[in-house]
Amino acid sequence: MIRPTLLALLLVPVAASGCGGGDDGDDATVLTVSAAASLTDAFEAYGEDLAGEQRFSFAGSDELAAQIRQGARPDVFASANTTYPEELAAAGLVESSVTFARNRLVIAVSADSGIGSLADLAQPDLDLVSAAEGVPVGDYTSELLGRLPDDEADAILANVRSEESDVKGVIGKVAQGAADAGFVYSSDIAASADEVREVPIPARLEPEVAYGIAVVSHAPNPEGAREFVDRLLEGAGAEALTAAGFLPPPK
Amino acid sequence: MSRRWFPAVLVAALVLAVAFLTLPIAAIFLEAGPGELLDSLGDDQAIDALRLSLITTSIALAIILLVGTPAAYLLATRSFRGRDAVTTLVELPLVVPPAVAGIGLLAAFGPSGLLGGAVEDAGVRLVFETAGVIVALVFVASPFYVRQAQAAFQAVDPTWLGASRTLGASEARTFARVAIPAAAPGLAAGMALAWGRALGEFGATLVFAGSFQGVTQTAPLAIVELFGSDFDAALALSAVLVAVSAALLATVKLFTRGRERRGAGVAGLA
Repeated sequence: MIRPTLLALLLVPVAASGCGGGDDGDDATVLTVSAAASLTDAFEAYGEDLAGEQRFSFAGSDELAAQIRQGARPDVFASANTTYPEELAAAGLVESSVTFARNRLVIAVSADSGIGSLADLAQPDLDLVSAAEGVPVGDYTSELLGRLPDDEADAILANVRSEESDVKGVIGKVAQGAADAGFVYSSDIAASADEVREVPIPARLEPEVAYGIAVVSHAPNPEGAREFVDRLLEGAGAEALTAAGFLPPPK
Repeated sequence: MSRRWFPAVLVAALVLAVAFLTLPIAAIFLEAGPGELLDSLGDDQAIDALRLSLITTSIALAIILLVGTPAAYLLATRSFRGRDAVTTLVELPLVVPPAVAGIGLLAAFGPSGLLGGAVEDAGVRLVFETAGVIVALVFVASPFYVRQAQAAFQAVDPTWLGASRTLGASEARTFARVAIPAAAPGLAAGMALAWGRALGEFGATLVFAGSFQGVTQTAPLAIVELFGSDFDAALALSAVLVAVSAALLATVKLFTRGRERRGAGVAGLA
């Protein structure tokens, strides 16, 4: 009778790891949030004010949306644009999307850089970084460049050396001194104040940057997800967003 | 009967391992139909990425062979103080996370890195350039070759090397005419591992060299970018990458098996 027992002992860990955290009591309190990379600091601060455990997954919003399209089921999806949550809602993958914050597209330059304006980015021999097409900050950058005269936009585009998969990649390259400047959100500058300085974009050219959030359809923890969204619109989450340099949603 | 359980466990473990390791690979081909695969080969971004991957990995491999072969030979055939420490240092990139490797490369060779000034003075640009991709590939992939090459040279019968020298061949000639041919299967295996690692490189390249179509965006970087926008295209490019890697692995396996039968000392593919 010893033999089946041994075999069972060997297989138990395999079975347990196969089910991946099947402990129900635990799952009910864990909240899984897929959020745009730019929300990292704000959401982590907000998480400390929330009861229960959160698991944040920060990445480019396009990548997170693609994961949901491929069947991933976080509880909440927070995107650096409103397009992705709306598209997913139209496909029935998330519930209705709400705009919960705004941000500003700015130019990040190293603290000792001589770059003082958007027009300076058209100088030859500059190394610029932006985000790839589809990444919200990359799309906002394209929108901005589309409002410039063609020759100026082309000169700036010719200086772009890397297209990162999220905004943290852009600011990282500038902070490291690898690039002269990059297009990021003003909240990213607040998060890495020492090495990086903000150069504003003229208000008339600024694209409108709005963040959308939605509870994921058939979320494992829908109550937790709704509470997370509610307090983001009003309460601890809204305060954490303001503290991290975000602007309130349009009224 | 009383001893049957252990072989059964072995078989179960192997079945589990094979199923787990092959299912994701098989899924790529099952999800990406041949039509989509062909479509992706007409996509600019995918073609540029594949071409760049081929060029950068080939150059990186050439550098690894040129420097790594004599270095591994020295490590394998001489004993000197601190040899174990040197071997460990050479193997270090194996256990360093790729993103950390990228940050290390930036801190060393980036514009504001330790040797950044010297690199710039030499008129070399690495960050955001194809050359930077090659540097990242050499860094992450070379330990795979050097480790294997060292083992292969160690497995060469020392009396052959001694005989070669007794017969009047110089050390360089012994290295080129005796040691390398005898160790060839092991060296080829190391090449395949290093090539495969370089082909799959992602983190160090992204952090150190960036990602730009045609310049620094290798196939793995393009796959991640396409994943966000066009899952089918990402799948198709993945399939191409798997096919190329598998073809390489199979070629080297065949080659090394032929050599092994002839009884050369081999530190075969792990």
